[in-house]
Amino acid sequence: MERFIQVLVDGIATGSIYAAMALALVLIFRSTGVVNFAQGEMAMFSTFVAWGLYEAGLPIGLAVLTTLALSFAAGMVIERVLIRHFEGGEVLTLVIVTLGLFILLNSLAGWIWGFGNRGFPSLFSEDAVDVGGVRLSVESLGIVAVLLGVVALLFLLFQRTKVGLAMRAAALNPHASALVGVRVGNMLMLGWGLAAALGALAGVLVAPRLFLDVNLMGAVLIYAFAAAALGGFDSAIGAVVGGWVIGVSENLAGTYVDFIGSDLKILVPLAIIFVVLLVRPSGLFGTREVARV
Amino acid sequence: MSLVDVEGLRAAYGQVRVLEGIDFSIDKGRRVAMLGPNGAGKTTVLRALSGMVRTRGKVEFDGKSLAGKATADIARRGVAHVPEGRGTFPALSVEDNLRLGAYVRSDRAAVREDIRRCYGWFPRLEERRGLQAGSLSGGEQQMLAVARALMLRPRLLMLDEPSLGLAPIVTRELFRVLGDICDEQEMTVLLVEQNANLALDFADHAYVLESGRIVLEGEADRIKGDDDVRRSYMGY
Amino acid sequence: MSPRVRTAVICALAAVAVAIPFLFGPYRVGQFTLVLVYAVAVLGLNLLVGYSGQISLGHGAFFALGAYTAALLIEKASVPHLLSVPAAGALCFAAGFLFGVPALRLHGLYLALVTLGLAIALPQLIKRFDGLTEGTQGMTVEQPAAPGWLGLEDDQFLYLLTLVVAALMFVLAWNMMRGQLGRAVKAVRDREMAAVTLGVDLAAVKTRMFAVSAGYAGVGGALYVFAIGFVAPEAFTLTVSFAFLAAIVVGGLATISGALFGALFIEFVPVYASDVNEALTGVIYGGVLIAFMWVLPGGAAGLPRRLRELAARRDRHRPEGPRGGELHEEDADRVAGAAGHAGAGAGGMRA
Repeated sequence: MERFIQVLVDGIATGSIYAAMALALVLIFRSTGVVNFAQGEMAMFSTFVAWGLYEAGLPIGLAVLTTLALSFAAGMVIERVLIRHFEGGEVLTLVIVTLGLFILLNSLAGWIWGFGNRGFPSLFSEDAVDVGGVRLSVESLGIVAVLLGVVALLFLLFQRTKVGLAMRAAALNPHASALVGVRVGNMLMLGWGLAAALGALAGVLVAPRLFLDVNLMGAVLIYAFAAAALGGFDSAIGAVVGGWVIGVSENLAGTYVDFIGSDLKILVPLAIIFVVLLVRPSGLFGTREVARV
Repeated sequence: MSLVDVEGLRAAYGQVRVLEGIDFSIDKGRRVAMLGPNGAGKTTVLRALSGMVRTRGKVEFDGKSLAGKATADIARRGVAHVPEGRGTFPALSVEDNLRLGAYVRSDRAAVREDIRRCYGWFPRLEERRGLQAGSLSGGEQQMLAVARALMLRPRLLMLDEPSLGLAPIVTRELFRVLGDICDEQEMTVLLVEQNANLALDFADHAYVLESGRIVLEGEADRIKGDDDVRRSYMGY
Repeated sequence: MSPRVRTAVICALAAVAVAIPFLFGPYRVGQFTLVLVYAVAVLGLNLLVGYSGQISLGHGAFFALGAYTAALLIEKASVPHLLSVPAAGALCFAAGFLFGVPALRLHGLYLALVTLGLAIALPQLIKRFDGLTEGTQGMTVEQPAAPGWLGLEDDQFLYLLTLVVAALMFVLAWNMMRGQLGRAVKAVRDREMAAVTLGVDLAAVKTRMFAVSAGYAGVGGALYVFAIGFVAPEAFTLTVSFAFLAAIVVGGLATISGALFGALFIEFVPVYASDVNEALTGVIYGGVLIAFMWVLPGGAAGLPRRLRELAARRDRHRPEGPRGGELHEEDADRVAGAAGHAGAGAGGMRA
């Protein structure tokens, strides 16, 4: 029983990382209408920057905070300089552009930091604590706590602030937003900045568990896609719930089910994406889109 | 000096020319109606003022040119545009819609006061303040759209076919309230309407558009009173 | 380009193509063989993305499927080399059809996501079923040898064999696009709803196109096996799918000759780029994708219009200044125009 709860909590922790990434995807999908295929590589790049800062002597907490700020800025710049040019245009064009960004960032990271792998320090201690008779790792609990904190902050931002309201409006109806004086371009920049920061957060949370190399976020991105698809690409709650569901099922399956070896593991989220998109494209919490003629 | 001064306004959508050189002006505190059949270009006039379509010619608001300005910036200058389709946010609550209307304002206490005032003018909105705007009836949504525009404390209120899709009794009620508010606020209004009767009752001055040109202008009661003009240009 | 000029150009190209194995050494000739291999696969992708307006990020998977089919047939079933090519093509056609039936109910982004999944899944599946595929260590495959009476070296024979197959595939594609499927595909691309009113079975056309393009990738895969003589899952990662995408973007969407340019690009750029820096190839691919979309999205003959449809469904026009308003009206005009065209018959379809 104790084992089960540990696996469960661990799964929620991993799921929280997927959720953070999925939130980034949802944020951009809602504001810009595109799935940012480069979100994972942006996060990987940010994680390398954090590593660089840490290696330069900054304590890990400060390095991470600085990286989050830098990532926020970078996200805004990417929207303004690159994505803006393609907005309002063809969806496929944007897909190709984000793919180009994916390839570019991946190779750029390899160029700057090499293609080898390295370790990444955890934000949390390596201990375990006793919770109600079950030993749970501080790291897992910490990750979940961070995600819940982030979700709470995002809730406050979007539901209780003027800027958040404007961002929601800009995503829902850019024309009407302009009529009330909302500068939609700026709102999009904010969205991309936030998404980049969320991605960076996911990166620094997952890096201690895997090796930090240019392919760090490859699988995580797929899991995040699955979480977003499951939850509904335009639903933030969906991203979180989806992430947890996928994290927990991945962990449970990995622990208790044998025949899915490490090779086929990635097929599980892929299959989820396939099935969800075919059976119920709006996911669990997304809005159903009517096919307009 | 007029609040709105338009001379030689030309507008096109891609290759299709819609406005072929329009002149009109609106003095402060006056209500101007823009009438005409479908496709005459009435909506385009409003969109031109809001910076939503590429134009040529002079478009001045309060002495300053609006040409080439972005929609959001024009709104920030005090031009409130209630577009075709209302421009409300169906997924947001009624109150959020109103708050958005006041987005550019920083005087929070006054904004709260204005929301109360809107509820005073439109009690049905207050009843539904927490509900999603999309769940309101057509008439209520139109009221919300107008209230949203008023939250800007605009210097110019532009309305695009507010009667569209509404039952006659609802429309009459809407225009009655609108008339009262505009009297009280001494609001400058540019009204685009197909319902010429209602528009001529509401407005002081009227222009009639046809195929992108102004074919008639004059004081609203004169046009309303002139049977010949009414019959040839308005069909009744 | 007038038909006479076009014929002259094609003849000149053909002459050059045939001369290549006699002008260069084996290494170079091998590279050109690969160019032809990629050209076939890229042509398939171009038919799908360029002409038909669908998207696939996973054509590397069909390429791999074709390669492994040919490899297994040759090594484990002693099938003669030449037969393995159509076999691989047919199998991939069927696989593409099976995948397409459910997948093509999705649009744009979702289809991209699902095909991306396919590209990632296939190498993993190859590794998993290592009993059959020899897994990570890969399989050596006997390459076709030049028959003695021709008096050619092996690499020259391989090149010319590939050239013949590639030429056939190109002619086939050209013919197809001029025929009924081609017209239907362009109708679907230009205005989906109008095409439906013309009696075009949307799902059937899209699925057929997907299957055809998968078949092409499969043929390319088989030719790849001939050229390299070895298959392993590492050769078929996402990079391959991305390379194909870069190839069609650079070569020109919705053109048949574009496949050749694109193939030249993806064969030679990595060779020179990796001399400088192993990361440079990726930087160039990524940069090229972005640059081409920025500067020449209209390099695609028919893609923009089709994509405008996809965009209209997911209306993300921003009202910054005049452009927002304009686009709306343009769209409305196009529907009216397309409906008019459709009513007038197939006169609006271009070659």
